[in-house]
Amino acid sequence: MTDIATNQTILVVGGGISGMTAALEAAECGKDVILIEKNPALGGRVAQLYKYFPKMCHPTCGLEINQRRIKANRKLRVITMAEVTNVAGDTGNYTVNVKIAPRYVNENCTACGACGEVVEMEFDNEHNYGLNKRKGAYLPFFMAYPQRYVVDPRLIGTPDADKAKSSCKYEAINLDMQEENLTLNVGAIIWATGWQPFDANKIQPYGYDRIPNVITSVEFERMNDRQGPTGGKILRPSDGKEAKDIAFIQCAGSRDHNYLKHCSRICCTASLKQTTYVRGQYGDEGKSTIYYIDIRAIDRFEDLYTKAKADKTVKFIKSKVANITQDKTTGNPILHGVDTEGYNRYSTPHDLVVLAIGMQPSLDFKQLGVNLTVNEHGFVENDPSNGGMFAAGCASDALDVNRAAQNATACALRAIQVVNPLAAAEE
Amino acid sequence: MAEKKLGAYICKGCGIADRLDTAQLEMIAKREGKVALVKQHDFLCNSDGVKMIQADIDAGEVTHLAIAACSRRAKTDAFNFDNVAMSRANLREGVIWVRPNTDDAQETTQEMADDYVRMACAEAKFMTLPSSSGEQGRVPHVLVVGGGSTGLTAAIEIAKAGYSATIVEKSGELGGTAAQLYRRIPNRAPFADPQDNGVADLIKQAEDNDKITVHLNSTVSKTDGAPGRFSADITQEGGSTSTGTFGAIVQASGFKPYDASQLPEFAYGKYPDVVDQLGLEALAKAANGAIKRPSDGKEVKSVVFIQCVGQRSDKEGHLSYCSGHCCMTSVKQAMYFKDANPDVDAMVLYTELRMPGAGGEDFYRNGQNKGITFTKGTVSEVVPGSGNLTVKFKDLILNEETAYDADLVVLATGMVPNSGVNVEIPVTEEDEKEGEEKKETEVEIPEGASVLNLTYRQGPDLPQLVNGFTDSHFICFPYETRRTGIYAAGPVRRPMDMAQAAEDATGAALKAIQAIENAALGRAAHPRSGDLSFPSFRKEGCTQCKRCTVECPFGAINEDEKRYPMFNEARCRRCGTCMGACPVRVISFENYSVDSVGQALKSVDMPDEFDEKPRILLLACENDAYPALDMAGMTRREYSAFVRIIPVRCLGSVNTIWISDALNSGYDGIILMGCQKGDDYQCHFVKGSEMAHYRMSKIDDTLKQLQLETERVQTYEIAITDMDRVPKIINDMAETIEKIGMNPFKF
Repeated sequence: MTDIATNQTILVVGGGISGMTAALEAAECGKDVILIEKNPALGGRVAQLYKYFPKMCHPTCGLEINQRRIKANRKLRVITMAEVTNVAGDTGNYTVNVKIAPRYVNENCTACGACGEVVEMEFDNEHNYGLNKRKGAYLPFFMAYPQRYVVDPRLIGTPDADKAKSSCKYEAINLDMQEENLTLNVGAIIWATGWQPFDANKIQPYGYDRIPNVITSVEFERMNDRQGPTGGKILRPSDGKEAKDIAFIQCAGSRDHNYLKHCSRICCTASLKQTTYVRGQYGDEGKSTIYYIDIRAIDRFEDLYTKAKADKTVKFIKSKVANITQDKTTGNPILHGVDTEGYNRYSTPHDLVVLAIGMQPSLDFKQLGVNLTVNEHGFVENDPSNGGMFAAGCASDALDVNRAAQNATACALRAIQVVNPLAAAEE
Repeated sequence: MAEKKLGAYICKGCGIADRLDTAQLEMIAKREGKVALVKQHDFLCNSDGVKMIQADIDAGEVTHLAIAACSRRAKTDAFNFDNVAMSRANLREGVIWVRPNTDDAQETTQEMADDYVRMACAEAKFMTLPSSSGEQGRVPHVLVVGGGSTGLTAAIEIAKAGYSATIVEKSGELGGTAAQLYRRIPNRAPFADPQDNGVADLIKQAEDNDKITVHLNSTVSKTDGAPGRFSADITQEGGSTSTGTFGAIVQASGFKPYDASQLPEFAYGKYPDVVDQLGLEALAKAANGAIKRPSDGKEVKSVVFIQCVGQRSDKEGHLSYCSGHCCMTSVKQAMYFKDANPDVDAMVLYTELRMPGAGGEDFYRNGQNKGITFTKGTVSEVVPGSGNLTVKFKDLILNEETAYDADLVVLATGMVPNSGVNVEIPVTEEDEKEGEEKKETEVEIPEGASVLNLTYRQGPDLPQLVNGFTDSHFICFPYETRRTGIYAAGPVRRPMDMAQAAEDATGAALKAIQAIENAALGRAAHPRSGDLSFPSFRKEGCTQCKRCTVECPFGAINEDEKRYPMFNEARCRRCGTCMGACPVRVISFENYSVDSVGQALKSVDMPDEFDEKPRILLLACENDAYPALDMAGMTRREYSAFVRIIPVRCLGSVNTIWISDALNSGYDGIILMGCQKGDDYQCHFVKGSEMAHYRMSKIDDTLKQLQLETERVQTYEIAITDMDRVPKIINDMAETIEKIGMNPFKF
């Protein structure tokens, strides 16, 4: 493919909230932008949230507006199933190799759902962090854009694949689709590759790998979504019963030499938000206990903390939980530690434990071989030596959505500052 | 204007032809929709179908087309034609996916589809492609109000992108509060030590840049116009005024420190050795090394930093919020002492130590390594001790009342934004009196209180959200400003540290540039980005009631000398709240008007009262409600076949004539679905949904006068995830109608 981009094009890698924002803000200034996303649909991790703090509003609301702006903008091209394999060149003149994995579904797809009906094979649902299954021919989630189904590569060669193909009236399923490779010549690159939750299995004392009723905050978030794996109910993994007495452990894996040294910023406010979910489910019968070191509800998020403190069902214990054991008969996890305000030891059982897990950058930039200034935490720092490359959103620091959007808007400008002189030079 | 040539295209795919009689739809389009050219296609969105439509357009046979297929939100890549007006009948998500595939349901399902085709034809007929207002102009020059680190950064970034910037600074120097800092919090790894505040460098960059003009000792005494053509008067102390034209404005007017003398328990102002954070910076600068205490000039041997002074508190006169930077600042300041003399006792007294992010924790760790001590406690008072001060506090870890002696006490007080005048005008009873001159509540604005002095009816400054900050309430859209083309940045927008302020300045600079480019093309800003339509009005019909002018959420409308409304296209967000407000219906957009909706709703085939088939009109906001309805369809949730859904730009654009037309036409029930309003508003036009609820609450009286049950008109706040709630609302209305009976006005 030639002529898809010129050195005045801005490439945005990653189609979550930061990538979409950076891409849109630049395109709406009249720049040519290409947005690539490795998943089949845009939205990233915010699409996996049920509500945002502090307004308790739904991420799909902003996603809808962003998607509408994308649909309306001729200057912005979106390519999904795409990942960067190599970057060469310098400011104003990068050559980027992109591989596009086969979706096995082409643009004829009308999202009618016929293939999903006939396919029987199921796989772990990535959208729900593996808490339930999805079909081998699927739409990633209801608001997914592009609104196009996906055939899981593991279906290829099985009878299910043929069933899917013959169910399609629009010849949208192409089982012979191959991986494609694109070479793009662009002037600036914005890395909006986002974050991943720290691997909770590594926090040995917390027993995430062996105690079923110890889960992570991202999994708890999916549980509370009415469209999620449990239909919005808070259920214990061990026995499927409702969990009403919930412990939140802050800084699980963060602020710790053994795991992530940095503070992930959002986990305090995320837990405060999640206590409102518990209240929403159970009213006065619910119970949330937050085990914390410092409640980092910065600036306007202080309101969230004030409201939680006023809630009788929410308790705060200043303690870094030492370890978690399990009561074999009830399946209840038992938290052990010292309440540092008064120095009282505790061994408290709860129905469910939510680890407010830390945030680390998704992409290992050093491994990709891209010439970016990466700090010891893996985040990309803005530096002139990065040339025309910038990191937006959680690739640059542990950020909440509002800050990520702010930062992505700033990155759009930085990219424009690279391509504008090129445009001026050509006049 | 060229003749309107109507075309209708009916898709048979996605099961539409299996469930519906498309021949009937074609006949309806021809006979009732009066569409000359009607075609059917098996698979309209594929390249073949699209080519067919394009060929008709290219041959000049179609200028206005109605596409009867899937939702207007689907297949937008395929149905994307230049220079034609297009309407879409939602036969898939809106009909066959929400009705059961049974013989019994067949008749009413067909009626639904028939009506949607009629409505789409009517809508297309009454739409015109937006033409240019001719108002556009391109001024690649941004006005930056405030010359502190935020304003300087904004100007520099604007200039780097090739645009010009003018900084207006109230004081005699650039640099603002940041210039007062001895050092700043580090913003790069290893986040170990305080670093040079960088302000001198910023000032030099701005002064050396020939794209940046600086006015010192100056304020903005008047701002007129709109994005793309703002005209601002810059008045210098001493009286001289110059006027400049600007494309956009960045307001970086910064903050003042909270006055700690309001808190007698901390003895600020009483003892010279109690200072606030800026006071400490001054001492550090003066000392340039070991800091001396103000009272007697002796070196400080022990210092206490008290966090959250007059902040995070619901007490009268305190600030309720956290200022975000002060924990980091206190650690930085404690390091000033430790770096000069490691033997100084430096203690930070806090309740929550807030040092977030990658850099925060590293800086905290380094502070601990330098020997700074941290104690969780709440201070009751600061009193004189022997030769120095005593801080009395409750140690929350040891759970005991105790005291600590110090040579110097530093109070971490909060940031109070320089937002200007609070312009929030609540909707009052007075706004209701039609035709009467609205009493101008002449509020005296104190001299110098306003930052922008906007000549907008809605007031001279940016609206404040809470606590005096000029923020947007959108998580996803931090720059969703309420005054188009004017962007707040830095601590005036929300409490923040220098690093975030620099990011904010850069983001605001982008938005300013974007506003310039879009104003030049007549394109709307967020959320209807790129929209070329704009409101126009029929002067002859206008009664000068000024309701449009007052109710516009963005202050887009001024008044001319004769007191008629003056629409400023570039300030407009195209929501249509003005159209909804106008009691005489003289305001419309070319492609979205009182008629394009009114004629559509009237075009349905209304069964008479004996058919036992009610009709429910549903006006659904396109932002949250319409997607929720589409998703109900995608998930095959069923709802009543009696509903007829029309998407609207915002509930604020709903004119009550549509309600009365609907009732007069025989609709038995009317549902309005819009976004959440109130303090935690979701409405993308801020006040639109609120306006609609308010207006609808007033029609209850009218309904009663007409002897109609008030349950016939219901307004709801919908979230985009309400895919299970929206069918229920529709079905509930159908049940209500069954109970109260058909509309007596049916004929």
